Parts: sequence; structure tokens; C-alpha cells
Amino acid sequence: MSTITPDTPSPNTATPDTPSRPVTELSDATVRFCGDSGDGMQLAGTQLTNTSALLGNDVATFPDFPAEIRAPRGTKAGVSGFQVHFAGKDIFTPGDQVDALVAMNPAALATNVGDLVPGGILVVDRDEFDDKNLKPAGYSTNPLDDGSLAKYRLFPIDMTQLTRRAVDELDLGTKESDRCRNFFAMGLVFWLYDRPLDPTLRYIEAKFSKKPQVAEANRRALKAGFNYGETTEAFGGKYHVSKAALPKGRYRNIMGNEALAYGLIAAAKQSGCSLFLATYPITPASDILHELSRHKNFGVKTFQAEDEIAAITAAIGASFGGAMGVTTSSGPGIALKQEGLGLAVMTELPLIVVNVQRGGPSTGLPTKTEQADLLQALYGRNGECPVPIVAARGPADCFEVAQVAWRIAVRYMTPVMILSDGYIANGSEPWLMPDVASLPKIEVRHPAAEEYNGHAGGRPFLPYERDERLARPWAIPGTAGLMHRIGGLEKQDVTGNVNYEPENHEHMVHQRAKKVAGIARELPPQEVDGPDAGRVLVLSWGGTYGACATAVQECRAAGGSVAHAHLRHLNPLPADLGDILKRYERVLIPELNLGQLRLIIRGTYLVDAIGLNKVQGRPFHVSEVAAKINELLST
Amino acid sequence: MTVETSLPVLTPQDFASDQDVRWCPGCGDYSILAQMKKVLPSLGVPPEKMVFVSGIGCSSRFPYYMNTYGIHGIHGRAPAIATGLKCARPDLTVWVVTGDGDGLSIGGNHLMHAIRRNLDLNIVMFNNRIYGLTKGQYSPTSPLGKVTKSTPMGSIDNPLSALSLAIGCEATFVARSIDVNIKHLAATLRRAAEHRGTSFVEVYQNCNVFNDGAYDYATDRETKADAVVDLEHGKPLVFGKGRDKGIRLHGLTPEVVQLGNGVAEDDLLFHDERAAEPTTAYLLSRMRYPEFPEPIGVFRAVDRPKYDEMLNAQVDEARRTRGEGDLETLFAAGDTWDVE
Repeated sequence: MSTITPDTPSPNTATPDTPSRPVTELSDATVRFCGDSGDGMQLAGTQLTNTSALLGNDVATFPDFPAEIRAPRGTKAGVSGFQVHFAGKDIFTPGDQVDALVAMNPAALATNVGDLVPGGILVVDRDEFDDKNLKPAGYSTNPLDDGSLAKYRLFPIDMTQLTRRAVDELDLGTKESDRCRNFFAMGLVFWLYDRPLDPTLRYIEAKFSKKPQVAEANRRALKAGFNYGETTEAFGGKYHVSKAALPKGRYRNIMGNEALAYGLIAAAKQSGCSLFLATYPITPASDILHELSRHKNFGVKTFQAEDEIAAITAAIGASFGGAMGVTTSSGPGIALKQEGLGLAVMTELPLIVVNVQRGGPSTGLPTKTEQADLLQALYGRNGECPVPIVAARGPADCFEVAQVAWRIAVRYMTPVMILSDGYIANGSEPWLMPDVASLPKIEVRHPAAEEYNGHAGGRPFLPYERDERLARPWAIPGTAGLMHRIGGLEKQDVTGNVNYEPENHEHMVHQRAKKVAGIARELPPQEVDGPDAGRVLVLSWGGTYGACATAVQECRAAGGSVAHAHLRHLNPLPADLGDILKRYERVLIPELNLGQLRLIIRGTYLVDAIGLNKVQGRPFHVSEVAAKINELLST
Repeated sequence: MTVETSLPVLTPQDFASDQDVRWCPGCGDYSILAQMKKVLPSLGVPPEKMVFVSGIGCSSRFPYYMNTYGIHGIHGRAPAIATGLKCARPDLTVWVVTGDGDGLSIGGNHLMHAIRRNLDLNIVMFNNRIYGLTKGQYSPTSPLGKVTKSTPMGSIDNPLSALSLAIGCEATFVARSIDVNIKHLAATLRRAAEHRGTSFVEVYQNCNVFNDGAYDYATDRETKADAVVDLEHGKPLVFGKGRDKGIRLHGLTPEVVQLGNGVAEDDLLFHDERAAEPTTAYLLSRMRYPEFPEPIGVFRAVDRPKYDEMLNAQVDEARRTRGEGDLETLFAAGDTWDVE
């Protein structure tokens, strides 16, 4: 760990003492690296993110990569990108359009240039623009020469040649030399936006400590890129983005899946339960498994099961034993888990099911984001089968959501589904690290034999006897005198014995429904950003938070009567939501699906909500939401 | 003053729950339940430390009838539920009760992986070669040509040998017994319970409603001596009413031989349940009546590392080498910065 304060200029040993170009101050900037999936674009984006965060900028990122690990080189299908938005102000999204685009080959240019603002900086590796690469990218003429890029500030740079020259003395093969191109591109961007090289140099040191030659090559490529910007006259000047006025405290950069893993560990710690994760690898959820498997010293046990069904049922087995049972997946895997989830509802065991949503149906778009699993979460099971649902709104929020979910699970003895999505999972933002001492405790109670029969003042142990929240006792194996059997067959009220009587079944269906609905009583009031009443309320959930919050703020700044309510709890919905909805003339629900929350809202509150729906595997642009708000404000 | 240190003496009745047993009268499951209750009190494990886990099917009602902890799960998933439970709670004695449909058809995948992981579980599979609870469809162990409700012209599904599958999955304990052979069944269950690692026991069980008599050859006084060979570690495979027949290996092919006329017991296959290689156990699991007597007893009992032990050992090691996890340290890993 190292802590730096952005106020102190960090000694940058790599910066040569040459006269610097003029520096233009910007409030924010959006940069995208794009190239082949083997070009190291995710790494370049991550380094720019971390460096910017360390400088005190607010950051938001959008990694976008293909499902194929290595699609054929130079094809559009293989293009991988990483967009970083860094700002001297509070930001919520990775930016609609990019101010600077680094394209490592023609295919990357073709698929990404449409997002570059007119007049934006376009850096390309000229060496890659040969006939061999132009064709698969769909270019019949070289765009660097045919004037088609005239509206951008085009910088064709012989990046491959320059990188090879920078690492020449190290006797690497051509292939190895060319692998350093991403560091050259990073160096150049770092110069352009006035960022220090130190964090990346530290990264190289740590990452390639066992391959000193590769480390040195990457260092040289990075500095070569930086120096290229500094010494050539190509760029008129560079840019500076000052630090943002974030709330006081200690920060680090965090990705959604990482924050979720930390949240689960914290929930286990705060509840005194040992975390048992049973899961099956699936994009984009696997990183939660990777992260948790590294923290066994917290008592975390991870089990990579033979399939999705085994994963959820193993987690149920662990919960029955008194552990914090967790299973993680994405849409297709959740579909397989639904029967198991029904068992957890019937047996009334605490369990966390994480769905990191991706584009569907079926295998769909494994690496792209979507929020089309809300109805699956609510209604994907046989029978009347209520499951509480909480949704994270951004990468850092995952930390809190995991704890909220486990608190509900143990307090109400119920499985809880957490909805995240690919955009949240792989995106990152600065995280104000919590004060560990003040993290709320999560109370867990396992009844003891002494409270029951055979002991003074005891009563019979009844596994389905409910408390004031309608939760049944979590008696765990090993406790003498409390032996009981649970299962998927309908239970007799109170005793938990198998029972098929019609009235009992109806009563139990209602009990399970009432128990989950009752959670609303303990939810905090719904937060609304903006006026208490007015023309338009934007109602959102999940990963669209950033785009919606920004759009609403922009429209309001322009004088529009618009407020924003973002839901964390999708089941049950907050108790005051119905009243809030009625205070606005129109309710707009932007979703990355065909209107799933809208269906629920209309059905629940008879509110004629309007949808803004997008299913392209990509998040909303702020401008898309703002345009819809303005349309509603003006009609 | 003396301190009472001995464990309370448990009886089969201590393991009986208050629920009415609802199997069909005459079902082989009753016998298995009775033998289980007979064996458990002598294991030195109190009922509250035991969990019975099952899937779906007639056999899977078993946990309801045991006064232990129990989960009646979903179809085929009992081994997975048991895996999670045993990983989380290695202190518990975990039994899995399954059937030929539950374990070999819908739950085949979980059974296979539980066995290869060798968690310390006891899996008992009641094999009645039929789907009973759904009223009489053929199962993965029904013989070819079997006429059932779903195979009016006879089954065309090649049947599976449960024990061949288990041995193929590198099972460390594999055994077979018969519902009505109560002494043998009790002894087999006890061996399974005592084995450390996954023990897999197939019990031939008669479904007197939908597949009555499926094992008559192995239980009928007239035929059983010729239809069954009892495996005993270190002993030759001798069978027949007059114990006059044996199994001899011809290369890797077993053959039935008549003792006498120059064939002595020493020429026969001697059973070695501890053989490091599962080859012979596999050959035994392939033996089918009427070509061969079907072996009962312990096919294989070997030691191999157990998943649950290794999982918990890794957690212990991480704690020992890195210290008990601290949230503050976890969060602050990597670069941090302060905003004043």
C-alpha cells in the first residue's frame, strides 16, 4: 500500500527537463483506448483510471470488450476498449462521448471513432494502417489519407516503430516488443493530460518483478510515449484536470465486483458468520469468486461447483449449517438456480444470490451490460415464490448493498437476490473507504437448546414458529434437542411438518408473501433528488443511476421541473414510493430492457409511467436520458 | 465423587422421528430405515451431529423419519446440498439418501462430482430399477426391454451400473447390499459410516408396487446362492449352494468356474478391497446375473485426501500465515489517497 496526497507533486523521474507546452485547464476529460483484444487496452485504461484517481480526480470507467478471448487479429469482432472519464468535479458516468481516442488499429478506429467528439483528439498507430488491416476493418481506402477524419484532430503516430526502437537494446523478439505498444500509448496520454508516470512505474515493478526484461521494456515504452508528447511539436499543448472536491476521507479506486466481494466479507464479519461462496464460473460474475478465493484468512470458503445448480444448493446446505451461504452468477446461471432458490424460499433459509446481469436471452451478450433480469428475479420461479431484491447503483455501492442484503436475509430468514450488471461489475470509481469500527453489526441468532423442552420453563421447538417479522428460528445442526427436518414440500404452519391441506397451503403462501412484503416497514424512506413535486420524476434502478442522476441535474440546471428517485430495493418497493409517484405529472422510467420496472410500477401503483428503453448491451448516454426528459417537459 | 463421562446409551428409537412413515406397505425402504436406525446408535455420534440429506423420490423421504437434522432437497441435488453443508460444517456426520432416478438420472452430475471430491459423506442409493414416486416409469437402471408405463414396447435405454459409475469417479468406498439381507445391510452401512471420505452404497431395493420381484434372483432362497457372491477382503470369490463355484480371472476377464477337478480356491480371484488400482473393483461391478453372480459387500475401500478437509486446511493455513483477516488492511490494499 502506498498513500500519496495529490497536493504534493510527485517526483516524476521520467519527465525530462524540457520546456513544457502550454497547459489548458479542463473541468473533465474522457479518453478511450481501443485496440485488439490482445493489445492490453484494459490495462491501459486501468492505469489511466488509477493514476487519475490518485491525482484526486473523480473517475468513472467503462471497459468494453468482446466475449472472445482472442478474436482474429485486426477484426472488428476483436476490438476491446476502455473508456475513462476523469474530472475536477463530481461525476456519475464514464461520459457519453470521448474527447480523446487512441486507436491501435483500423478495426478499432472503425468501431470507435463515432463516439469521438468533433474536434476531438484522435491518436492512431499509423504502422497498423496497411492493406492487411484496412480490409478486415471495412476500409477500401486509408482513412488517414482520404480526408474522412477531417473533423478530428488526427495524430497518426508510428507507434509500432517507435516502440520497437525504444526497446531495441533489450533484444526482445518483434512480438514481445510490439506487446509494449500499450505502454507507449499510455505514456503519450499521460503526457497529454499531465498525469504522472509513477503509479504505472510502480505497477510495472510489482507485476513484472520476475521478468525484469519485460519490466524494463514496458518502462522504456511508457517513457518513450511520454517523451514523444513532450519533445515533438505535434501536440499544441497539454491539458490539466484538477482534483475534484470529493467528501473528506481516504479513498481508493474500486471495481463493482471487487466492492461486492468486500461487502460480502464485511457482512460475514459483522454478522459473525463464516462466508461460504459456491459458484460456477460465468462472465461477468467470475471476478467475485476470484476476489473471495484470495481472502481465506477471513474464514472465507469458496467452492467452485460442477454447475450452477450445485452452486446454489451447496450454498443452501451451508446456510442450513449456519454459514453465510452465497452464490453468484449471471442471467443464464440464475435461470438454472431458480429451482434451488425456490427451495431456499420454502425452507426459509438465509442466502445471497448475486446476479451480475448481462445481455440476454440465452447466452446473449456475455460481456455486455443489460438490466433485463428484473422480472426473472421477481417471477422466475414456480409457485408464489417471493424473494427480496436489492440492486446496486454503481461500483462502490456494491459494498453497501451486499451488507444490506445479508441483513435482510438473516433478519427475515429468506434468500435475497442482489442485482448488479456488467457495467457496474467491471466499471470503477473512487471509493470513500468506510470507517471499519462504525460498520453496522448484523445480528444473527441461532436458538439454543436451553430455550426449549427439557429445560426449565422450556417449550417445544417448532421450526416454523415465527417471530414478529414472521421469520422462523435459524436452529443449526449440532444443537442438541432442536433436531428438525426441512424441505421443499409444503410445511404445516408452526410445526414445519409436511402438510398438503388446502387451507394450510393458502395460509403459508400468504405468510411467505407477508414476510417479504413486511421488509418495507424497515426500509429507509425513498430519497428524491430535486423538488418534492413537479412536472417529471425520473425513476431508475441499478446501473443507470449515473446517467439518470446526471441528466436530471443537467435538465434542472436548465430550469426544468424534474426530480430523480433511484431505487435500491426492488422487492419490496419502499413503502412511500406510491405517494412519491403521485406528486409528479409524469413518471419516466429509463431502463436497459423493454420496460420491466415500468410493468411493475404500472401494475402496483396504477401510474401511467413512461419508458425510455435501450437494449444495445451498452449503458445509457446522459444525453439520451436528458433528451427524453426535455421531451416530456416540453409536451 | 465420580464424574460421569460416558456417552448416553442411544437406541434405534432415539433416531426415530415422530412422523408416520408413509412408504407403501411391503416396500424395501422400511428395512433400510430399520437397519440404519440399528447402526447409528453404535457410531458414537449423537443425533444432533447428524444430518440426512435427500433429493426427490420415495427414498428421499428418508430424512423425515430420522430424529436427526435433515434436508429434503430438490430432485437430484442432495450430493450438492451435502457438499455445501459438509464444507461449512466438517464436524457433522452427513448422510445422503438417494435413488436410482434421483442419483443417476437427474442428479448424475452431482453424484459424480461428490464422489470424485471424496468429501467425508455417506451416500446410500436405493436402487429399485424404477421410478416409484411418479408411478412406474423406467429408470437409468431398468434393464433393456423393460416394459413400463413410459416404455410400453420395452425400454431401449442401456442401463447404467451405479457401482461402475462410482468406481469410474474414483470412489474411495464402494459397496452393495440388499434390502432384505438385513445383517449384511447393517454391516455394510456400518462400514460406510466408518469410512473417511465419500462412501457409496448401492442397496438393491424391492418396489413391490411398480417393480415387484426385480431382485428375486438375488433374494429367493432357491436362486440366491447362485446369483450372489459375497465379497470378503482377502478371501476368494466362492459362491453357489454348496460353495462349489468360484470366480477366476482369465487375464482381465472374469469367468465362473466349478471348484474341483483341478480347480482349487487358490486359483480363484482373491478379493482385495484395498487395491490401489480400481481395475478389479470395476470388473466386479460389471458382473451381471445370469452370466455371473452379482457381488455384494465392499468392492473398494481406500484412502484419498478429502475435499472438505483440504478446503478447511487451506483456510487454517491462510489464517496461520497471514493472520486473521482485518477489514481495514483489506480495504487499504493497493493505492489510496486522502482528500482533506
